[in-house]
Amino acid sequence: MDNNYYDPADLRKFGKISEWAPELGEKFFDYYNSVFKEGALSAREKSLIALAVAHVVKCPYCIDAYTKDGLQKGITKEEMMEAVHAGAAIESGATLVHGVQMMNKYNKLSM
Amino acid sequence: MATKSLKAIGHQLAQTQKQLDLLQSGPFKEGELPLFKDKIAQTGQFPLRAKTLEILQINMGYMCNQVCAHCHVDAGPDRKEIMNRETMQQCLGVIAQTGAHTLDLTGGAPEMNPDFRWFIEAASAAGVKDFIVRSNLTIIRANKKYHDLPEFFAKHGVHVVSSMPHYTQGKTDKQRGDGVFNASIEALKMLNKVGYGMPGSDLKLDLVYNPSGAYLPGDQAALEKDFKKALDADFGIQFNALFAITNLPISRFLDYLVASGNFEDYMYALVDAYNPAAVAGVMCTNTLSVSWDGYLYDCDFNQMLGLKVASKARHIKDYDTSLLEGREVVISQHCYGCTAGAGSSCQGTVA
Ligand code: SF4
Ligand code: SF4
Repeated sequence: MDNNYYDPADLRKFGKISEWAPELGEKFFDYYNSVFKEGALSAREKSLIALAVAHVVKCPYCIDAYTKDGLQKGITKEEMMEAVHAGAAIESGATLVHGVQMMNKYNKLSM
Repeated sequence: MATKSLKAIGHQLAQTQKQLDLLQSGPFKEGELPLFKDKIAQTGQFPLRAKTLEILQINMGYMCNQVCAHCHVDAGPDRKEIMNRETMQQCLGVIAQTGAHTLDLTGGAPEMNPDFRWFIEAASAAGVKDFIVRSNLTIIRANKKYHDLPEFFAKHGVHVVSSMPHYTQGKTDKQRGDGVFNASIEALKMLNKVGYGMPGSDLKLDLVYNPSGAYLPGDQAALEKDFKKALDADFGIQFNALFAITNLPISRFLDYLVASGNFEDYMYALVDAYNPAAVAGVMCTNTLSVSWDGYLYDCDFNQMLGLKVASKARHIKDYDTSLLEGREVVISQHCYGCTAGAGSSCQGTVA
């Protein structure tokens, strides 16, 4: 066992999760691969969504994977950074909109 | 941006044996990744054999006006290896005696060979109809004496295949050098002007895209769509097809992979993307590569690795179909670059 929680080399072992639960693993990867195919949204658009979500869930594997995927698809660094901001804006917005709950509670408790 | 070839600076990777050693090292030596020959054997495709010769790919010399960071030829202004007329004549002899229908001229910058135009004229006169010239575009703008190349190409119906790493300036210049993007755009406009790549014209202009870094090319059709849209919208430029080509781990690209700590990951990515269906279409099955000094190789990559054909006929002057057809292709782990994903050849994807 390594001393780190994250090892970049683990990313390429992702497929191994199927070994301990083959049926579920297979279903997951099937689904996963279908999601990123060209559809009503282009594969390019989905790659940028994935990159934004990767940052929001702060998954270092996903960030590595979708930065590379973006490069492969010819996505520019400006587009990638804007996608990260879109994710960050929603994330901070989601925090801030709870400010209304705080205000409601404050008002209710105050005379 | 480098301004000298690996050879000129005496870099150890200028030695082909050092490159071949690297391709056997790391995950391949430790058995974590299979050797290419074992991988293709799994689907009964070993040994890889050459079929009927269709394309003679001639490397006119390693001299180039550019020193691209990813160049598998280690080309540059300091390279002096140049094909002479005698060797060109021997190539014409082979074209005449075989059914090979295409002359594919590459380099370096093939246009810098002083006998470049002579060769195309002689081949044209000898009845060759299908010419490919792999032009780096900037050469057309590099010097006055090259400004009329578009007209010359058009006159002989040359099929122009040009490198264009991206439709934005930043990425292009990073891979190929400052100013390359603007010069390429100018050259493309000149080609369009004489009819290249234009709707309804017979003059074919294809672009080659290869990634500017340690990653594989994405879907060729999707990239073509993006390139077409951007080049048309920004510059009014038209072209026929885009070929997405994988960078093979040799020469300067190999040096980059090692120096940037990407070598292992890149080899894993290539092996992961291995597609057995691409093996049948690899270009060594229908192409023969001739070096500036007339030696024969299974492909331009093997030429740069110094891997001559495994045949008694190893020089264009000794060309003999009975000895070369069906020969076993010399392979190593760089071949994974031809079989990743949809496959990769000088004409783009193969599977
Ligand atoms: S990649 Fe092409 S244009 Fe660039 S240095 Fe090599 S031969 Fe010249
Ligand atoms: S690198 Fe050359 S020999 Fe190897 S598969 Fe590709 S074309 Fe064939």
